[in-house]
Amino acid sequence: MIEIDDVTKHYGDRRVVDRLSLTVPAGDFCVLLGSSGCGKSTTLKMINRLIAADGGQIRVAGEDIATVPVEQLRRRIGYAIQSIGLFPHWTVEDNIATVPRLLKWPRVRRVERVTELLEMFRLEPGTYLGKYPHQLSGGEQQRVGVARALAADPELLLMDEPFGAVDPLTRDDLQAELLRIHRAMKKTIVFVTHDIEEALRLATHIAVMQEGRIAQLGSPIDILEHPASEFVSDFVGRQGIGLKLLSVRKIADRMRAGETAEGEPLSPETSLRDALSAMTARRTDRLPVSDAMGRKVGAIVLADLVR
Amino acid sequence: MTDQPSLAGPRAALLLSVGIRNQVLFVLVVVGVAAVVLSGFVDEAPNRLVSGRPVPLWAAAGALPVPGIAVLGAALSAACLIRPNRTLHCAVAVFAAALLLVVLAAAGHTAGLLAQNASPASRISLGPAFWVLAACAALAVGDALQRLGAGIIAQLVTVAGLASGMLLMAASGTFDALSLAKEYAIHRQVFADAMTRHMTLVGASVGGAAAIGFPLGVAIAKRPKLQNPVFAVLNILQTIPSIALFGLLIVPLSALVAAVPRLAAYGIGGIGVTPAIIALVLYALLPVVRSTSVGLTGIDSAAVEAGRGMGMTPGQIFREIELPLALPVLFTGLRIVTVQAIGLAVVAALIGAGGLGTFVFEGLGQYAVDLVLLGALPAIFLALGADFMLQILTAVLRRRFAP
Repeated sequence: MIEIDDVTKHYGDRRVVDRLSLTVPAGDFCVLLGSSGCGKSTTLKMINRLIAADGGQIRVAGEDIATVPVEQLRRRIGYAIQSIGLFPHWTVEDNIATVPRLLKWPRVRRVERVTELLEMFRLEPGTYLGKYPHQLSGGEQQRVGVARALAADPELLLMDEPFGAVDPLTRDDLQAELLRIHRAMKKTIVFVTHDIEEALRLATHIAVMQEGRIAQLGSPIDILEHPASEFVSDFVGRQGIGLKLLSVRKIADRMRAGETAEGEPLSPETSLRDALSAMTARRTDRLPVSDAMGRKVGAIVLADLVR
Repeated sequence: MTDQPSLAGPRAALLLSVGIRNQVLFVLVVVGVAAVVLSGFVDEAPNRLVSGRPVPLWAAAGALPVPGIAVLGAALSAACLIRPNRTLHCAVAVFAAALLLVVLAAAGHTAGLLAQNASPASRISLGPAFWVLAACAALAVGDALQRLGAGIIAQLVTVAGLASGMLLMAASGTFDALSLAKEYAIHRQVFADAMTRHMTLVGASVGGAAAIGFPLGVAIAKRPKLQNPVFAVLNILQTIPSIALFGLLIVPLSALVAAVPRLAAYGIGGIGVTPAIIALVLYALLPVVRSTSVGLTGIDSAAVEAGRGMGMTPGQIFREIELPLALPVLFTGLRIVTVQAIGLAVVAALIGAGGLGTFVFEGLGQYAVDLVLLGALPAIFLALGADFMLQILTAVLRRRFAP
């Protein structure tokens, strides 16, 4: 979906992005992870040409973005930022319908789409359509911001620390919703964050960035189990590494199929970290697992978590 | 301000129950009463040139209006003591508005009574007690409306009600015996011309300042490097005293007309309307430019970045985001400039630009205070009216800019 090929960006003498190459396959959830100043935001903004690259080429769906008229390119790519940037003088409806309006969708289709998105983000359309941004909580504003980015059904979604400014509980909800939407809609997402936990939870691939280059590209488990360098293992954090590993693995990976146990069943999609937490809370070393239909499919056992 | 903190205990409750709940209204009532007691409601003079004898309110009005003023005054005094709520604020607004109209009627009525026993040359002008009472009543209306959180429509209705009450009284001849009305009757034809000229001066200068200042403000907002030189020049312009600026323009404009005589045919010259408008535009530039650039740079940059990121063109960002969000600040600048121009245009009469200033300077020359008022009062009402209308326009425009 995105091919970043040998791209460089300078600010004055400083090389912010240094001959960076990265391919993001269609449907991927790629997180650019790094501390501030590592070039992750700059890389993201070069994809929709908010920042012009000094050298190299970026292709979206096989097309060199330099050859596409810039407004047309951006209307094809969803964009959500930490400061949200809702238009304060527009209603939620008008805000979400921004890109469809730019693309001259007929009014009926715009209203349909806005309603559909609000429902998807669990914001009751009757209540929220006519509200103004200042009437929303921080979490609601960010939901509207992400809904706005998705409004014209873009093939690609760019998100620049979108949940950086909301409280931890709301962030947790928003992450869960984004995961659900990613699975349902199969969008390609490029997501910038400095929060390792957020990256582990959301990403299918993480690109750890250091001084304008990619220090390591891999799945969350790869990054945790086989950090490519001292820098990556420092960044990922040696402390609590075991818990981080548990948080990226699912019950489905370790379940004993066919066995049973007593108690409230867990879903195979639950992380091992949550399974450990449930066992500790319920003072047991094995719990039943049942699938989405409620059928018992097996059990998870404490000893298997640490294998 | 509105609510005293409630203390526990019946004694405290008793003490508070006779306390003053509305300090603003209380001050207005005290000032109004003091003015009535200490000064004349109208002044009676045998002719236009000598100074008059003050006639207090109770000695003058005789018939209906005085008890009316007393009753309304008492009602407003009582309102200071009652725990405030919306009904009370409504009542205060209505009483104060009624008081304003009754005070006006009393002034006209008194003048009519006094005029019956006086020579035709005598002058009955408005005294300090009248002005203070009228001002206190008007302020009480404004304060009550603000406490009510009255919207645009309620404000508009109040102002329209008061204005139509005054016009109705004026049309029915209530004020005819007042010297101000006599001055108006004498200058009736000239007055209409002066008013038109005044509004033309203000309209042309505000229009001109907006036409120049708005693009300049946008340019400064987009290119901050321009800010210092532009503001330096505009600040210097702003500090030149108005009379001096009017005078300074005589020389270059006269020279211009001498060099290009055809310009005189368009009414351009060293004195008159042209230098007046130029000077007023120059004064208006700083507020217009500043409010435009401040309005534009004060916008949440995230909204602009989001707009760009979603593929809005620079023109769309300007029209649909930056301009509507800057509009309230921009119109505040325009309001300041309009009110300022209405005042400064009075001075422009000195260089032959006409307008309401003609009466002011003629009145000053003749030591005729009522003639000064004939110029000054309409200028004040013009300024208040313009300020009010521009406030409403700002609110309406802001709503209309939603897509």
